[in-house]
Amino acid sequence: MNKKKLSHTGMRSSLTSVLAALLCILIGLVCGYLVLLAINPAHAWSDGFVRILKGGFYDAPYGIGKMLANGAPLVMTGLSVAFAFKTGLFNIGAAGQYTLGAFGALYCAIVLHLPWYVGLLAATIMGGLWGAIPGIFKAYLNINEVITSIMFNWIGLYLVNEIIYGNGMGVMYDSRNTRTWNLRRLEGAEGTMIPDFGLNKVFQTNSTTIAIFLAVIVAVLIWVILEKTTFGYELKAVGLNKNAARYAGINEKKNIILSMMIAGALAGFGAGLFYLSGVSEWNPLNSTSLPAMGFNGISVALLASSNPIATIFSAIFISHITVGGSFLSTKYYPTEVADLISGIIIYLCAFSMLFRGKIHGLLFGGKRADKTNVNAEPAPAAQKKEGK
Amino acid sequence: MAEDFVIEMLHITKEFPGIKANDDITLQLRKGEVHALLGENGAGKSTLMSVLFGLYQPEAGTIRKNGKEVQVRNPNDANALGIGMVHQHFKLVECFSVLDNIILGVEPNKLGFLQKSEARKKVVELSEKYGLRVDPDALIEDISVGMQQRVEILKMLYRDNEILIFDEPTAVLTPQEIDELMEIMRGFKKEGKSILFITHKLNEIMAVADRCTVLRKGKYMGTVEIAKTTKEELSRMMVGRDVQLAVEKEPAHPGDVVLDVQGVTMYNAAHKKNSVNNVSFQVRAGEIVCLAGIEGNGQTEFVYGLTGLEKLASGKIQMDGKDITSASIRQRSKDGMSHIPEDRHKHGLVLDYTLEKNMVLQRYWQPEFQNHGFIRQDKVREYSDRLIQQYDVRSGQGSLTIARSMSGGNQQKAIIAREIDRDPKLLVAVQPTRGLDVGAIEYIHRQIVAERDKGKAVLLVSLELDEVMNLSDRILVMYEGEIVGEFDPKTTTVQELGLYMAGARK
Repeated sequence: MNKKKLSHTGMRSSLTSVLAALLCILIGLVCGYLVLLAINPAHAWSDGFVRILKGGFYDAPYGIGKMLANGAPLVMTGLSVAFAFKTGLFNIGAAGQYTLGAFGALYCAIVLHLPWYVGLLAATIMGGLWGAIPGIFKAYLNINEVITSIMFNWIGLYLVNEIIYGNGMGVMYDSRNTRTWNLRRLEGAEGTMIPDFGLNKVFQTNSTTIAIFLAVIVAVLIWVILEKTTFGYELKAVGLNKNAARYAGINEKKNIILSMMIAGALAGFGAGLFYLSGVSEWNPLNSTSLPAMGFNGISVALLASSNPIATIFSAIFISHITVGGSFLSTKYYPTEVADLISGIIIYLCAFSMLFRGKIHGLLFGGKRADKTNVNAEPAPAAQKKEGK
Repeated sequence: MAEDFVIEMLHITKEFPGIKANDDITLQLRKGEVHALLGENGAGKSTLMSVLFGLYQPEAGTIRKNGKEVQVRNPNDANALGIGMVHQHFKLVECFSVLDNIILGVEPNKLGFLQKSEARKKVVELSEKYGLRVDPDALIEDISVGMQQRVEILKMLYRDNEILIFDEPTAVLTPQEIDELMEIMRGFKKEGKSILFITHKLNEIMAVADRCTVLRKGKYMGTVEIAKTTKEELSRMMVGRDVQLAVEKEPAHPGDVVLDVQGVTMYNAAHKKNSVNNVSFQVRAGEIVCLAGIEGNGQTEFVYGLTGLEKLASGKIQMDGKDITSASIRQRSKDGMSHIPEDRHKHGLVLDYTLEKNMVLQRYWQPEFQNHGFIRQDKVREYSDRLIQQYDVRSGQGSLTIARSMSGGNQQKAIIAREIDRDPKLLVAVQPTRGLDVGAIEYIHRQIVAERDKGKAVLLVSLELDEVMNLSDRILVMYEGEIVGEFDPKTTTVQELGLYMAGARK
């Protein structure tokens, strides 16, 4: 009887989350369309909106390959943020951890010519270290992780840029392209790239590797850790009630640091997936902007209600929209519009949390007033109402 | 209208699917009376009051004020009708000052600029008039629970409320504070204010109430005149059977020393003084030793030190001959120390975890419940279901209930089940019956005595003198961080203890 109830309540809450996410996407798309209409009403539909909506499918199979290549690191940064959320922390530092991860991966590939899996490991470790620092500050000095991780985003960015650029003389820097060396053409760098097992042929791309599958595996792994293990139990307990966790003999300081470290490692791993797939090279001269991948991870996590499995889908969707934006006809729309539209949609995705409560109320009944947990006592009844 | 009722709740029914929280309940409050609302945990008292306060809308029934039907859609409506409420769990902004909390929502302002000085004047006047001692500038997080409650009361007075609802106000108070509160209530009565007083405690009803309405499992059991009834009758109405108000227990047979505390001193950095000063005592197997005292005399800190939540400044703690002074919390737990914490929301439960996850909070790491780091979900469920059944923990969805949604009494029962079932050598129980009804208290007291009889050492920390006198085999009184006396409950009196607790004697 209990089990039946569980699946019921569980299903309801997941259904609510999915609907909220879909609603956000819908609103985002409508807003995006309005912007297109405002800029160039004549071409808004077929040259604008439809292309965005089709995403990678507009230029299949190349577009799909691109979508997957960009989606893989996004799954990871989304996971990074979602994992931290689940353990009561807000990892706004995914961008910085991603940056350090990129450095780790590229250093292993370009300088040390190490195989791709070592590069991924290095990216993971670098990201993890960068994530652990705000964790240490939080655990021992009670400094809010949001502040530290924002600062470490910039510290990481300038540090990495400085090392890679090295006044134009950096070993990893290809001064002709003003970027890091292209792994495909770099001598001795064979095997540093993540294998594609023919995916590039299928999608007619050169950067669609097994990265997306690796990301999916990690997402499932994170779900298992959070839901099935004592480690996840501890992490979540610390996130939900630090004092009770401490009372139960859980080392809450250790768990905060570990939690941030894992979040960082996930973001770093994402950077490894991106750069070792050769989707793009690092540009150390672009020193004013943090990788968007990091911040988009926040949207991905919010859209996914911090559920690791849902993160896979929300990341691929956001990647889909972003790729769609890049196919916008430049004849009718300035290139920035693509970013603007996908930005609007991603931004609205972050609102899914707001809609969740409303949708739950609409679907499963209940007057607004009755949901307020006014005190401990009437609440069981209210809970029954939601859960029945 | 034959009688002068200030508030009437007529035939109120409030349903939640699967449960009728209030089933045709009628409550009539006379002007200038203290009207007690009595019922077990989960009998529907708080639901009824939430209806009156506008937090819930009833399915059926009407509310009348001075004979006229009114609608209470939200707490603002209630406030406009002069209804104020002190919730069981206070609704205060921790990082705001007392004054800021009192004026919150009705801030006096001129063109949007706060006019705190008039507010302060009014608050000081009110607090003097009714003897509600507060420091308007202290932060809520720094003041005692008793003072926080006075802030809540002042909030109602500041809004000129005429009908005051107290939701289990004494659950968190010391005996002295309870006496004070009773006095304050009598003062309100004299001023013509009407009071609805939700409580489990029969003594308080007998002491202060004029009439009492009894609920049982959501149903109306009747309203009685206090002058014409007895405690026994009230408890029978409430529980539906005769309740043993005094604890039955055999004399203790203390065995070996289990807990040996030597010269424990703890330093409070915020107050720059020792909160616990050179405390030494022993607890033997098979006895219940009670640490009695008025709240804020170092008991809380001492328990933090004993259980490892905070570090000692100096001293030594031995359990079963093993030095655990600097052992980790987990290590103490492994060595056989169970801890029923004072604050069930802060320490006792992860409120957003399910009941089953809370049931294994102290044991999830044991081989019984995990396999290579993977939680054995089936074992956890089995265990939780057993505890729920064995200890009669009531909740909406059994093991899967979110702890936050359970009633306070059942949350407490869950914690007690968890801690006792670990089969500890030493049970540290801090205020184990805080906020519980007589039925539950009877049950918990029996459990604690049973643990003693099984040869466990029990350290009870309690503010309630009844509990102290009833349950313990030895009483240690703590005053300003020191133990000022040791008593045998058979030979001492409540009055004598009270004098020591207040520091009048040493």
